[in-house]
Amino acid sequence: MTTIQHISTGRRIKDRVVQGLVYLAFALAVVPLISVLWLVISNGLERFDLEFLTHSMNGIGARDAHGGAYHAIIGTLEQVLLASLISVPIGLLTAIYLVEYGNGGRLSRSISFFVDVMTGVPSVVAGLFVFAFWILFLGFQFSGWAGALALSILMMPTVVRSAEEMLRLVPGDLREASYALGVPKWRTIVKVVLPTAFTGIVTGVMLAVARVAGETAPLLMTVFFTNSINNDPFNGPQMGLPLFVFDQAARPNDTAIDRAWTGALTLILIVMLLNLVARLIAWWRSPARGR
Amino acid sequence: MATNVRTRDGGPATSRSASRRSRGEAPFRYLSTAAGVALLAIMAAIAVFLISEAIPALQANKANFFTELTWEPNSSREFGIAALAFGTVLSSLLALVIATPVAVGVALFISHYAPRRLAAPLGYLIDLLAAVPSVVYGLWGVAFLVPLLRTPSQWLNENLGWFPLFAGEGIIGGKTMIAGAVVLAIMILPIIAAISREVFLQAPKMNEEAALALGATRWEMIRMAVLPFGRPGVISAAMLGLGRAMGETIAVALIFPATFDITFQILTPHANSIAANIANGFGEANDIGRGALIASGLVLFIITLLVNMAARFVINRRKEYARAGA
Repeated sequence: MTTIQHISTGRRIKDRVVQGLVYLAFALAVVPLISVLWLVISNGLERFDLEFLTHSMNGIGARDAHGGAYHAIIGTLEQVLLASLISVPIGLLTAIYLVEYGNGGRLSRSISFFVDVMTGVPSVVAGLFVFAFWILFLGFQFSGWAGALALSILMMPTVVRSAEEMLRLVPGDLREASYALGVPKWRTIVKVVLPTAFTGIVTGVMLAVARVAGETAPLLMTVFFTNSINNDPFNGPQMGLPLFVFDQAARPNDTAIDRAWTGALTLILIVMLLNLVARLIAWWRSPARGR
Repeated sequence: MATNVRTRDGGPATSRSASRRSRGEAPFRYLSTAAGVALLAIMAAIAVFLISEAIPALQANKANFFTELTWEPNSSREFGIAALAFGTVLSSLLALVIATPVAVGVALFISHYAPRRLAAPLGYLIDLLAAVPSVVYGLWGVAFLVPLLRTPSQWLNENLGWFPLFAGEGIIGGKTMIAGAVVLAIMILPIIAAISREVFLQAPKMNEEAALALGATRWEMIRMAVLPFGRPGVISAAMLGLGRAMGETIAVALIFPATFDITFQILTPHANSIAANIANGFGEANDIGRGALIASGLVLFIITLLVNMAARFVINRRKEYARAGA
């Protein structure tokens, strides 16, 4: 009987060293996350009060404390909602085209390729495009709607990709069963495929919303700035929560910096909440749970 | 086309059926095709309108747009992209050099080292890094990272000052290129890690088990069976990260001191980028200034487009990686 040879010390040490490095890499990646969250929470809690959530910056002097982000929160909610209303139908229909009608033809391949490329469009470029097209070329004003247009450009590719993935997961048997019953293809898509993929699509949309809710750069050149409450996203400059943070952080006073941190805390809470709800929906309806 | 509707599986064509319910078929098909075409049109429109609105400012430019360092479109009408483009490329490359090894380590940790039960939640933890908004990273960078990097920067400058990147006289540390690059690295780490993780998980199990059965250690197994398989995926993930770092705006707008010069001295407060300049300059810009910023945005758009298309080309060559992207 032969015995199995021991692994030489050199090889074993190398294996251990690499293992150590891999663990170290993970620790290195988690440190900034903890540091960011810690700093935002500890600095942000100071002004995280009712006044911050219910007041705007209207009439707040340069060095005054007080004031809040109500106008910015309203702006962000409206802009993100409008952006979803634009990008979800277009994104979903594009995904349906790619999965159900594209058949791998030249058009579907180029759409698929440019959806990927579109994910890489810098957010500031999307903002500049809407500024150049909507405000300079068509002559409209800065408004929440213009911001929503820019955000929707950033949302679309994410919605397409996630919806496409979910539609592809729908078993072909379901489609065939529906066809066999004489149901036309479009009814099959609307009544069978979409309901089956529904929760997955909702998850993808919410993750896309969470991504654009934190975008500042495109708002800078489309929504512009305001210190007062503007509930109408179609008229006049609005504010957005990320923009509020950027604006306050650039001011030299401690009172403004405090507001920036609290704004950041509010923003992170909104984004994380969206993320969490999206993951919970995905987990709740995942096949692993036997539903 | 509309009359020739086929089912996906080449089954009996539903278009021939004259039933009431099939009347929606053609409109629905047109609608979904139109949505896809609209996406292509938006991409084309971005290029067209950036070009058309940049032209007046470029014509008013008194300096060479490609070689001029300064950016004075509002007053003297002299502006050029050279310093900004240099800053964009240098900061993104530095970020890539910092982020890629860590991201590959993280990906390996999640795919091959972490206990199976913990792998998914730990992966989610890394994904959370991507959920933190850019402006928050900027705030964090200014308040935490910039002071933190001052002492190591001064040490590097004193002891390794002969190395061009660490050289520099006068003020060392503060709002430097390296501070911005580290923040960019943190921001692009999740996407590189996520794609690499997917690729590593797809490495053929048979090869891994064969390597282990032949007595390979875990690292030898990874080196022989996982890394060669994952290399194209990691390369394209890094390129996607590069594209993202180049377009990242608000974090670096808060950190970079907005200087207009070309220097490799990353420990001195000299740094700027195209995107940061747009964010910092837009508020005060007049018509020519905004046109100039649009022109710089066009340059950024083209650079990121080329990087992303190259990355997608690498991915699409190995089609099985395509699902991991996005």
